[in-house]
Amino acid sequence: MTGQKINILFGGEAGQGLQTVGPILARCLVRKGFSVHVTQTYESRVRGGHNIFAIRVGEKKISAPCDRIDLLICMNEESFQIHRDELTDDALIIGNEEWDIDDDRWIGLPFKMFGEKLYWNMAVTGIAAGLIGLDQESMGQVIDDTMKSGITKENKRVLAAAYKWLEEKENKFKILSGINKIQKKWMLTGHEAVALGAISGGIKFCSFYPMSPATSIAQTLINHSQKMGLIVEQVEDEIAAINMALGASFAGVPSIVPTSGGGFALMTEGLSLSGISETPVVIVIAQRPGPGTGLATRTEQGDLWHALHSGHGEFPRVIYAPGNVEECFFLTRKAVEMTETYQVPAIILTDQYIAESFQDMDQIDIETLPFIKPGADASEISVPYNRYWITKNGISPRLLPGLSKQLVIGDSHEHTELGHMTEDLTLRPRMVDKRLKKGDMLKDEAVLPEYKGSKKPEILFVCWGSVKGAVEESAEMLKSDGKKAATLHFSQVWPLYPDNFLKYLENVDRVIAVEGNATGQFAQLIRRESGFLIENRISRYDGLPITPDFIMGRTNR
Amino acid sequence: MINIKDYGDYETAWCPGCGNFNLLEAVKEALAGQGLEPHEVLFVSGIGQAAKTPHYLNANVFNGLHGRALPVATGAKLANPGLIVIADSGDGCMYGEGGNHFLAAIRRNIDITVLVHNNQIYGLTKGQASPTSDRGVVTATQPGGVVSEAFNPLATAVALRAGFVARSFAGMKDHLVTTITEAINHKGFSLVDILQPCVSFNKVNTFKWYKERCKELSSDYDPSDWAAAMEKSQVWGDEIPVGVIYRNERPSFEESYPLLKEGPLVGQNVNRSKLAEIMDSYT
Repeated sequence: MTGQKINILFGGEAGQGLQTVGPILARCLVRKGFSVHVTQTYESRVRGGHNIFAIRVGEKKISAPCDRIDLLICMNEESFQIHRDELTDDALIIGNEEWDIDDDRWIGLPFKMFGEKLYWNMAVTGIAAGLIGLDQESMGQVIDDTMKSGITKENKRVLAAAYKWLEEKENKFKILSGINKIQKKWMLTGHEAVALGAISGGIKFCSFYPMSPATSIAQTLINHSQKMGLIVEQVEDEIAAINMALGASFAGVPSIVPTSGGGFALMTEGLSLSGISETPVVIVIAQRPGPGTGLATRTEQGDLWHALHSGHGEFPRVIYAPGNVEECFFLTRKAVEMTETYQVPAIILTDQYIAESFQDMDQIDIETLPFIKPGADASEISVPYNRYWITKNGISPRLLPGLSKQLVIGDSHEHTELGHMTEDLTLRPRMVDKRLKKGDMLKDEAVLPEYKGSKKPEILFVCWGSVKGAVEESAEMLKSDGKKAATLHFSQVWPLYPDNFLKYLENVDRVIAVEGNATGQFAQLIRRESGFLIENRISRYDGLPITPDFIMGRTNR
Repeated sequence: MINIKDYGDYETAWCPGCGNFNLLEAVKEALAGQGLEPHEVLFVSGIGQAAKTPHYLNANVFNGLHGRALPVATGAKLANPGLIVIADSGDGCMYGEGGNHFLAAIRRNIDITVLVHNNQIYGLTKGQASPTSDRGVVTATQPGGVVSEAFNPLATAVALRAGFVARSFAGMKDHLVTTITEAINHKGFSLVDILQPCVSFNKVNTFKWYKERCKELSSDYDPSDWAAAMEKSQVWGDEIPVGVIYRNERPSFEESYPLLKEGPLVGQNVNRSKLAEIMDSYT
C-alpha cells in the first residue's frame, strides 16, 4: 500500500495527557521507518478547553497536516462533536463506551476497565497503535525509553490491556504495511531542531524571557546545557535578553535569543545595537497571531515585516524562515555562521505550528559538522588594533576582549575606527557604507528559493516559511488532477535578490501567494523588491496552520 | 609595573568643574593600584554624561544603550569570568531606564562592579529630574517641583541583600579610590553610588552641599549587620553617610554555575561526540 497516508487525531481537554501519549505513538512510527507530521493546537490554558494532537503518518515523506481524519481518538465526548464532520467515510472513532454516540464508525472502549483516569490516554493510544498495526513490544520500548522510570510499569500494563481488548474485537482498519529498508531517522519538533542546530553550530549562550511559543527553544537548550556546556539564563525581560546575549557575544560566546513577536518588539533597540556595534546575535521569532497579545497559543506568519523593519537606523540583517524541521536545523546553523562571519544580526522566523510539529528527519553524521569559532586570531592582527577598521569588504576583524593585550572597544554611538564615539561628520558616511557593504556580501551566501514542479506551470504557488509542505502537497494534488502546477518556496526571506526568483514568476498564467497572514506581507515584499505583482493570494489568519485542503478549496474557485 | 599613565589621558566632553573628572581619576587610580592591566578590564556603560567615562581611559569597552549596561555586563562576565567587569553609568541610566536590570543584577549577585555617578539630575538631556532627585526640586520639566519620592538605591540594594553596597562622594577622592578598590575586589555584585555635583544643571546639590553633609561611617560600624544597614541606608539630609553600608559573602552567580568551574565559556569547542549522543535520544 505504498503512498498510503493515515491521519490520526487525538482530541481532548488540556490535562488529559495528549501531549504525553501523542509523541509516544509518533516516535514508534518513526522507529518503524514511517514519516510523521504532527500538528498540535491548543488553547491558552493549563486545564480544560479543546486540544488536538494530530499525527499524519505515511510510508512516503509527509510534509503537511491534513483536515480529514481517519482515526479519531476522543478523550472527551466534545471531541467527537467537534470533529465528526472531518471524518472520512471509512474512519474509526475511539472513545468511552459510556458516551451516547450513534455512528457506524464508533468503537466504544470501556475506559473504566483500564483503571484511573490518569491512564485512559495510554489505553486509547494502545488501541490506536494496535489498529494501525504497530506491535505492543515496540510501543512498550518507546514507553521505556521516553517516560519517567516511575510510571513506565503502569503505563505498560495499560498498554497490554488495550492490546488484549483489541485482540478480542473484530475491528478492521487500514494497517500500515511494513517498511522494508528502514532509514535511521530522528523525530524532532521544529524548535528542538532549532536548538540542536544552534548547538551544533557553536551557540553556547542563550538568554530568554518565557513566551509562547518560543520557550521550547530555551527549554531544549537547558535540557542539554550540562552535557554541552551551555549557559541558558532566564532573565528579567526581553530587553535584558537581547542585551545580555550581546554582552556574551561581544566577549566571544555565540549567542541566541528566542522570543515571540511581543518580546521581539521589546528587543528592537537591541537589534539596532547589534547593527551598529557589529556584535553577532541570532534571534528566533516564533510567530503567533498579534497584534498585542493576540492569540497566544496559535499560529500565524504575521511578523515578517516586524522582523524586517524593526530597529531604528540602517544596517544589514539576514532573515530565514525554515519550511520544515530539517530546515530548522540547518538554517539555524547557517544563521550562526552568517552572524559570526558578517557581524550582522541573523533572524529566524518560526511559528507555533512548526515549533511544535514533530517531524521525521533523516539522520546525518553530527561528528563531521563544522562549527563556528568566534572572533579573529590576535596573532594575525596588526597593532595598534582598531575594532572598526574600514576594510574593503566592510568586515573588521573582531578580537575578543581580555584574550590578548589588544583593547576591544564596541560602541552604540557612531564611532571612530578605534571604537570611540565621534561627531566627525565626514567619517559618518564612511562608517555607514562600511556596515552596509557587509550586506552586499550576503548575496553570495543567499539560500536560493526552491522551485518544484512543472517547468511551464499553469499555476505557481509562491510561499515562505512553514507553509512549504502544505503548498507542495497542493501542487501534487493539482498534478494528479491533470493540471500543471509548481511551487516556489523561500526559506531566506531577506535579503531578496530578484535575479534568483523573477525568472520563475514571469510567463505563468496564475501566480498565487500562499501566506499565513491577512495582508500578504511577502507578496508585497516581492513587489517592492522586484516590481512583480502577485495578483492572487491565499491567506489564512484564523490561528490555524495552512493545510493542503485549505489551499485546494481556494485554488479551484 | 602598571601605573595610572597606562590608563591614558583623554580630552573629555564634560563641563569644567564636573564631578566626573575626579571620578575618572579615582577609577584609574584604583585599577592601577590593583596592578590590573587595561586589557584585563571591561567597562560597560549606557548613555549619559557618566556613560562616556569609559571612552576616556584605556580598557576594553562596550558602550551600549541607555539603561542596558547591566545585562551586557552580566553576559560578558558569564562568557568570560576572567574579565574584571565594571558597569559605569549615571543615576538615570542605572536607576531609571535600567531599573529592572538593577534589581535583577543584585538578585543574581553577578561578580561585577557597578559605579553609579549620582548627580540627582539628567545632565546629557539638559536638566530634567532623575530618579534620585529630591521631592520638590524644580526643573524645566517638573516646573511644579518633583512629586515622586526619590529612589533610594542603597536601601533597595540592601533590602535585596546585595553583595556589596557603598556610597562615596566625588569630592572625597581618597575615599573614592578605596571604596572602588574594595568594590572591585568583592566577589559578587558591588554597588558604589557616587554622589557628584552637576555644575550646569543641579543648582541645589552642589559640591558645597555634598561636602557639608557627607560623613564617613564610624570605624565601629558593622556592614555585615543587615538591620543596621537598612537603617543607615535611610539616612539622607543634613548628614549623608559615606562608606561601605552593607556587605555579605554569599556565593556569586557565576560560582553557582558548575560549568564555569571548568573554565570560561569563551574558547570552548562544540563537543560533537556528546552532541551525537544527545541526537540518539531523539530516535
